[in-house]
Amino acid sequence: MDNINKHAISLGLSLIGLWLLLSGHYTLLLISFGLLSVMLVVLIALRMDVVDHEGHPLHLNLKALFTYWVWLLKEIIVSNIYVCRLILNPALPISPTVIALRSSQSTDLARVIFANSITLTPGTVTIDVDGDITEVHALTEELARSLLAGSMDSKVTALESRSGG
Amino acid sequence: MNIIIDLLSWASLMAGSIFLIIGTIGLIRFPDFFTRLHACSVVDTLGFILIMMGLMLQAGLSLVTVKLILIVIFILLTSPTAAHALAKAALHGEVKPLLNHSGE
Repeated sequence: MDNINKHAISLGLSLIGLWLLLSGHYTLLLISFGLLSVMLVVLIALRMDVVDHEGHPLHLNLKALFTYWVWLLKEIIVSNIYVCRLILNPALPISPTVIALRSSQSTDLARVIFANSITLTPGTVTIDVDGDITEVHALTEELARSLLAGSMDSKVTALESRSGG
Repeated sequence: MNIIIDLLSWASLMAGSIFLIIGTIGLIRFPDFFTRLHACSVVDTLGFILIMMGLMLQAGLSLVTVKLILIVIFILLTSPTAAHALAKAALHGEVKPLLNHSGE
């Protein structure tokens, strides 16, 4: 119960923050409208029973998450350039491959982060997740091999363990 | 100072547009559904991020920039989900991915 309260309060606070940033009008009337809508949304979310550690992952360490995002951005840029070179190569040297990866995350949230990171990097798309098996379609064998080397997998697992999962 | 920011912003918008064009060329050139999906992800990662960066430099330090950053975060969270849903729907619809020997 306490846990639900904590997540409801943090959901409310982040919604208020979002509303203040998006509205840009700070008169009493409009702010009270904003507060009312925030309260309504939190109530509906509570009734829908979606206020939990998955919908609102407070337990992930923000600093670790930002470090991961910076690393992911670098990966995205590198593989973007790689895929663009493939596209512009007249011979179109692609070798589509489907591989099954065994990922080492223990929570669903970390698996989602891992699968989404794979899809976000051009050249690899997650097509199925079943337990700890992640099925991936890669544009070339080289991309598939670099995924099998597993540096992204271990980075996501580190993200999970550092935050106490 | 202003001219430098403008130049950076223009460079970023141009680079973004080039990635959009390359992604679209890939969409046409690649042979099957799954490989085309990869071409699309060039468009909605780097092309999109660069265009948004160019717009942020135009907007300066204001609420507009905050909104642009929020758009970037939301798109980066939803676009892989959409790509995954498409790929899974294709598999369920029994679209078989072309494999290795289909190089040309």
